[in-house]
Amino acid sequence: MRVLLDLVTIIAVAAGALFIMAGTVGLLRFPDSLSRLHALTKADNLGLGLIVLGLLPQSQSLSAMLKLVAIWLLAQLAGATVTQLVARAIRRDGQPV
Amino acid sequence: MIAAHVFDAALAVLVLGVAIWTVTAGPAFAAVIGFVAYGLLLALVWVRIAAVDVALTEAAVGSGVTGALLISAAARLRPTEQRAAAEQPGPALRFAAAALAVLVAAGLAALVLFPAEPAPTLAPAAAAHLQALDVGNPVTAVLLAYRSLDTLLEKVVLLLALMGVWSLAPDRFWGGAPKLWPGGQRGGELTLLARLLPPIGIVIGVYILWVGAVAPGGAFQSGAILAAMWLLVMIAGLQKAPEIGQWRLRLILVAGPAVFLAVGLAGFALPNGFLSYPEEYAKPLIIAVEVVLTLSIAAILGLLVAGPPESERQR
Repeated sequence: MRVLLDLVTIIAVAAGALFIMAGTVGLLRFPDSLSRLHALTKADNLGLGLIVLGLLPQSQSLSAMLKLVAIWLLAQLAGATVTQLVARAIRRDGQPV
Repeated sequence: MIAAHVFDAALAVLVLGVAIWTVTAGPAFAAVIGFVAYGLLLALVWVRIAAVDVALTEAAVGSGVTGALLISAAARLRPTEQRAAAEQPGPALRFAAAALAVLVAAGLAALVLFPAEPAPTLAPAAAAHLQALDVGNPVTAVLLAYRSLDTLLEKVVLLLALMGVWSLAPDRFWGGAPKLWPGGQRGGELTLLARLLPPIGIVIGVYILWVGAVAPGGAFQSGAILAAMWLLVMIAGLQKAPEIGQWRLRLILVAGPAVFLAVGLAGFALPNGFLSYPEEYAKPLIIAVEVVLTLSIAAILGLLVAGPPESERQR
């Protein structure tokens, strides 16, 4: 059982790290701001989500699990809002130089 | 074990890299973003050396509130930035700055490379009297009992800083309300966030304050979180910034330091000196002081970011 849980952690956290890396590569390589935002949201949503999912089997108590999930949800909320705000600013003022 | 070392080394390199990038970044706004990232990485460093209290403060105050302050400063300075950047300091000033930086770096390096053996520490002394105070978190005990004078003066310095910001206001705006930079449209995503987040943020702020007695947390971190929630509501335009002339607002601002001072002065009469607590009431007193301090800190930090008043007082 322990081994199985550890396996879940390793796979999920590795997948999460992969998404965060892909998001970072996109942030650095994509040509314009809107596509860069698009890359960043993948790192936020899936990357952090998978890492939290992977850490859940390792946490000691239910409250620790809930805290981890709350962190993911709050990061989602903040990330989505900021992305919308930046995108709106780009649409209003044009591409930053 | 090796993985931890690799992580620490990578973190150290990253912190140094972001620091250099921040110093050499061209536009002020980019430098501020670098500074915020630097602060968050530094918070990770504090966690790695088991100073979670400092990490929380660094993330909330060093990176969060200071970051917001610097972003608004950079936005205000944007029109004059090009001209200011064109003015290069003279060679003498540059040399003096470089020499001072080298001196500080050498001093720090000497401390790290040739540490005193055994390292001087007051940790056992701090832990020895926790029982008497009935406070489980040694950091809170140091801040509010052993070194409470420092904490008191720190809050007074915060008030002075706020007065400094207010004094930038033109005479006709004195007593008026600060103007926060315009948020998104009404009913937009920012409004949604400003409605969803504050209830959660206030609970977390109160939790951080309460848990500060036994675990990492405390008045300053809590105050910073509450200030952030207040600022979010003001930036989204759900509530106007208060007029700084209101006596009720000023009462909240000075309440924290005033209650702290009153408890401190009462120490003369009851136990044995300034800022000492009677043993049986130590914990309730510390918590009472922390609660009022948190309120004042939240108000002061929020108003510091809001800036000087920019509209006339409505009579």
